[in-house]
Amino acid sequence: MMGSENPGFEESHLSASREEMENLVLDDPLTTTTATTNNNSYSSFRSANSSISDAATRHPLSPPVLSTPAESDPLLSPPVFRNPNASDNNSYIEPPSYADVIFSPFDDNSANEINRVDSTSHDLDSSLTLSRSSSSTSDYIKITVSNPKKEQETTNSLVPGGNTYYTYLITTRTNIVDFGSSEFSVRRRFRDVVTLSDRLVESYRGYFIPPRPDKNVVESQVMQKQEFVEQRRVALEKYLRRLVEHPVIRQSDELKVFLQVEGRLTLSMSTDVASRMLDGAVKLPKQLFGESTAVMAPHEVVQPAKGGRDLLRLFKELRQSVANDWGGSKPPVVEEDKVFLEKKEWIHDLEQQISNASQQAESLVKAQQDMGETMGELGLAFIKLTKFENEEAMYNSQRVRAADMKCLATAAVKASRFYRELNAQTVKHLDTLHEYLGLMLAVHGAFSDRSSALLTVQTLLSELSTLHARAEKLEAASSKIFGGDKSRIHKIEELKETIRVTEDAKNVAIREYERIKENNKCELERLDKERRVDFLNMLKGFVVNQVGYAEKISDVWAKVAEETSGYAKDSC
Amino acid sequence: MEQQRSLSGSSQSPRSPSSQPYLSVSVTDPVKLGNGVQAYISYRVITKTNFPEYQGPEKIVIRRYSDFIWLRDRLFEKYKGIFIPPVPEKSAVEKFRFSAEFIEMRRRALDIFVNRIASHNLLQQSEDLRTFLQADEETMERLRSHETGIFKKKPADLMQIFKDVQSKVSDVVLGKEKPVEESNPEYEKLKHYVFELENHLAEAQKHAYRLVKRHRELGQSLSDFGKAAKLLGACEGQVLGKAFSDLGAKSEVLSAKLQKEAHQLLMSFEEPLKDYVRAVQSIKATIGERANAFRQQCELAETMKLKEINLDKLMLTRSDRVGEAEHEQQVRRRQEDLRQSSD
Repeated sequence: MMGSENPGFEESHLSASREEMENLVLDDPLTTTTATTNNNSYSSFRSANSSISDAATRHPLSPPVLSTPAESDPLLSPPVFRNPNASDNNSYIEPPSYADVIFSPFDDNSANEINRVDSTSHDLDSSLTLSRSSSSTSDYIKITVSNPKKEQETTNSLVPGGNTYYTYLITTRTNIVDFGSSEFSVRRRFRDVVTLSDRLVESYRGYFIPPRPDKNVVESQVMQKQEFVEQRRVALEKYLRRLVEHPVIRQSDELKVFLQVEGRLTLSMSTDVASRMLDGAVKLPKQLFGESTAVMAPHEVVQPAKGGRDLLRLFKELRQSVANDWGGSKPPVVEEDKVFLEKKEWIHDLEQQISNASQQAESLVKAQQDMGETMGELGLAFIKLTKFENEEAMYNSQRVRAADMKCLATAAVKASRFYRELNAQTVKHLDTLHEYLGLMLAVHGAFSDRSSALLTVQTLLSELSTLHARAEKLEAASSKIFGGDKSRIHKIEELKETIRVTEDAKNVAIREYERIKENNKCELERLDKERRVDFLNMLKGFVVNQVGYAEKISDVWAKVAEETSGYAKDSC
Repeated sequence: MEQQRSLSGSSQSPRSPSSQPYLSVSVTDPVKLGNGVQAYISYRVITKTNFPEYQGPEKIVIRRYSDFIWLRDRLFEKYKGIFIPPVPEKSAVEKFRFSAEFIEMRRRALDIFVNRIASHNLLQQSEDLRTFLQADEETMERLRSHETGIFKKKPADLMQIFKDVQSKVSDVVLGKEKPVEESNPEYEKLKHYVFELENHLAEAQKHAYRLVKRHRELGQSLSDFGKAAKLLGACEGQVLGKAFSDLGAKSEVLSAKLQKEAHQLLMSFEEPLKDYVRAVQSIKATIGERANAFRQQCELAETMKLKEINLDKLMLTRSDRVGEAEHEQQVRRRQEDLRQSSD
């Protein structure tokens, strides 16, 4: 390690890097404080993630599937704050070592954003990481969210001075034919995103739909506006990118409209939950008194009862679910798929482990950050001491000691920089854990789609059997009366009509249930496959990163040890 | 300091006993005694010497931390102007926890303390040192408790304290600037240097201590992360599972190394640094004493001047009071001589 492969190379850089260190050190108080203020202003790991990744201007690692040359195009990436440290990194990449050869693509990409579009390093990148989708080479779609703007609510503002909100520019670049054009933009506000998300959840029952960013009502009041808007911008970009990664959702109409059509987003059924509940409340008395149809229309069956207008249906299904849980008899249809049930339990366990790992990852990142900070502070303290000794020295030996102390100090500062770089990378790698936690939410959603569809089927089946029983009783009663009972016969016919409609509804419900089951299955397979790849990449990236930086840091200390080896002989 | 240490040698290998005079001490075997709040650590102090003033070639006594403090205080009072080696700090909090690391650090520091005294030409002659190294436990306890608190100070010292307060108050009220600085510029420069040095060293030590802590924290979180990775691996199974559990295993190995590194850093880097800080603080204390003495000398000089003026006045007016005043003056002069000599 100490006897490096190119001694001549090292030599020429020794003096150069020493000089650089002199200059760098003078800058250091500034850069360390900016870095720390950046880091201190966000308390949570996730926001630290976004701030660190922005500050380090690193090439985002998360979507390896979108292997596009456009990724490294500096014009496309959103304008990002450049950490003055980043420009210094180039001087530290030079010392050749095993780890450098492998992970320098990550470092190079940051240089790319200012210098050049480098497709060669990108190939290295993709050869390192396992590619996720098979069709990654043929089509791609990249979304960028940028340029937040404050806008005024123009219509019907009760408050004079109006309601202000922010819109974001959403730019899409794609070569998928369905979209019509290869590049387009649209301005959207957060409310539209909520709408999109709600529509997708309705239309794609059984799929693992990525969860949308939070509304953050409280945070938006507490945080500084700029911070909040930036946080939201990042979150939106992540969300949309995840959406287009999903092979099914990518093709959805809702998404297409969202990305291309300017103006207020009005997808079908745009009424909010509250008004739906109100509608349902109005309907209920009528239903109870038998005026309106007490029957589920087939088209309503394909949506879950919860959140729908039909309160009566809600009550029925609730009753059914209670009967399922507490009633003595088994419901007519149950979740039979043993494989599914096992999988469900396993997913639950997996989620716990991922959550645990992600928590520990957070504290690991914090510990690394602290280490870097303290190391840097120690270095600075020694630099000050060195300066002091040099200025106030009365004996030459003091100056000699001071010079040696300076070696130690600059080593500490260097090591501190490495720690911070290491951490920025670590954050990106381990972020995969966080992403999958988010995905678990989507899985829950898909599973609950399934169970509510099942509940609908069960309810309808119970209803049918009740109706049949009633019909039988009526028929039996009316057959006893000689000549027929006009009113009863009329009732029987009505009942038979109801039964017919309910049968239809039941069939639709069963079809829906089967469809959702199928979706679940496909999604689970997809999840397994993608998760394996993603996690392996994460592990690989994390480990290579740790090794590489450990090497760099140990080289720094080895050099200092060599420089001050004279002292080692003296000490006991 | 290192030179002096090698002179005194370790207790294992004393120099040729007959020819060269030597005094070597070692502080060993910390043992926890007592219960609860009154618990304390006792140390075995082994002395090997051929000094004639000592009772014998070897002596072993049991001492506790407050005994070392007693020794330091006595030396500080008796040997004004000498830099007394520093003792490790009292700590109200750590005392109760008494971690193995803390005990070891304290033992080492105490050992270094006594050895530095033993290797100092002047200090090694001290009677208090002899008492410390040889007296039995009861005597030591008596001496130790005798020295605490206000009863330590003799009446003359108390008077001095009052006078100090008095003069300070009058200065503040009258707005008079007392010249505390001596006229020796080199000394002043040195003083300034020492004061500044303490700040820098203290800051460096603070960060060094934090760095030790960070190592420990990183070790801990790496270990936790490793455990979580193992659990995740168990859940995943197959290739991915193995990858996770490998990562977990390695993380735990690394964590152990980090803990070791933290310990090394503490013992080999932070503690010596702290020792330097303490040494500088001890120098500062000595400087303070010198400043005190100087100030007293100035005051006495002034008082003397006033008395002389008084005397002259009296000589002119009332001859019967002259005898008294002269006598007073002589006493003062003698005192002043004493103080000057102790500079």
